[in-house]
Amino acid sequence: MIGGLTPVAMARRVAADIPDGSYVNLGIGLPTLVGDVVGADKEIIYHSENGILGMGPAPADGEGDPELINAGKQPVTLLPGGAYFHHTDAFMMMRGGHIDVTVLGAFQVSERGDLANWATDQATMPPAVGGAMDLAVGAKRVLVMTTHTTRDGRPKLMAACTYPLTAAAVVDRVYTDLAVLDVVAGGFLVREMVAGVSPEELQSLTAADLRFADDVGVLPA
Amino acid sequence: MIDKRVDTLDDAVAGVADGSTVLVGGFGNSGVPVELVHALLEQGAGDLTVVTNNAGSGETDIAALIREGRVRKIICSYPRSAGSVWFEQFWRAGRIELELVPQGTLSERMRAAGAGLGGFFTPAGADSLLAEGKEVRVINGRKHVFEEPLPADVAFIKAARADRWGNLVYHSAARNFGPTMATAAALTVVQVREFVELGDLDPEVVVTPGIYVDRVVRVAA
Repeated sequence: MIGGLTPVAMARRVAADIPDGSYVNLGIGLPTLVGDVVGADKEIIYHSENGILGMGPAPADGEGDPELINAGKQPVTLLPGGAYFHHTDAFMMMRGGHIDVTVLGAFQVSERGDLANWATDQATMPPAVGGAMDLAVGAKRVLVMTTHTTRDGRPKLMAACTYPLTAAAVVDRVYTDLAVLDVVAGGFLVREMVAGVSPEELQSLTAADLRFADDVGVLPA
Repeated sequence: MIDKRVDTLDDAVAGVADGSTVLVGGFGNSGVPVELVHALLEQGAGDLTVVTNNAGSGETDIAALIREGRVRKIICSYPRSAGSVWFEQFWRAGRIELELVPQGTLSERMRAAGAGLGGFFTPAGADSLLAEGKEVRVINGRKHVFEEPLPADVAFIKAARADRWGNLVYHSAARNFGPTMATAAALTVVQVREFVELGDLDPEVVVTPGIYVDRVVRVAA
């Protein structure tokens, strides 16, 4: 197993790409870490699908408002200047292209930018989709944050997704524990890799043909 | 004189018929009209189609309705949650029908019903399994799927304060689906924690105008 980035280091790398002043929606799971590591020099307004703009961090233990939760149903706070609104407005903000950046988890991403992050091929659990499809089609920039492979070593970056699609041709950039890849015409273009991984090794862990930028950077640990 | 206040939860749920389509507000445990749902359980209506974001958890509210076999079909975006055991058990046994709808589409379908529209085209889900059997049209170069309005017989929602005309304000993220659901049902029933006099709600911040509301009942916080 190649030593990849920790989840927090991945989050730091994603955060570095989020411009000051952005309206951002962070998906459930790994992406929520991004909010913890964005530099204090940036003012970011976080959106939550259940009707919050200006969402702040979790409250101190025992404090907080039990009805004030994020999309993952975890308690959060509201920053000064924040606002509440209803669900239909929350999704207008998504579909209408008002959210600058979303960071989403993924089961698979294809070289065309197709995203599969809502269902696997298991028939034993009822399907659930939440707001993933609206967010994926609507945000101006769709960033995916995911491990490069599954826990049992199977690739998540694919020539074509085998799991059901959330949305087609929406992903702009993928951040894994091993690399940063742009989705460009013609497929995945590797921009950065962790130290100690060769292009051949990265290719062997990917189910799509990789191209490498002329100046592949080192992905900081 | 207009007075939409009712004295008891029994009065609030009176007349809900077997076979009704019932909208239930809430996102996770935030904004769920728990007491109204429990009153509906007591009232006894069955063969219900329940429209709500999640399928309940634990032994209360929607989970209890499912456990008692009152729900024929659930229309929601995310039926799975920690503790959604009754839904999962009924789903596996084929005792409940599930219509899975992307969250923004769920909200917008109710909005369309409340707004008197015949449906809408959305890019959300257009390339997914959830578009199967639906009309897909390319608009401005992008696939959109046609979604029908989702009207209901009854809506149960939770707000913070109401006056006797049924004007409502909400509390933090508990607002979620409430304002949209209030518009989409023939009978909109609201539980609040406080009644106020006409004129006490600042008209600049009334969220749901009373025209959408039929009954309000006070439930101690």
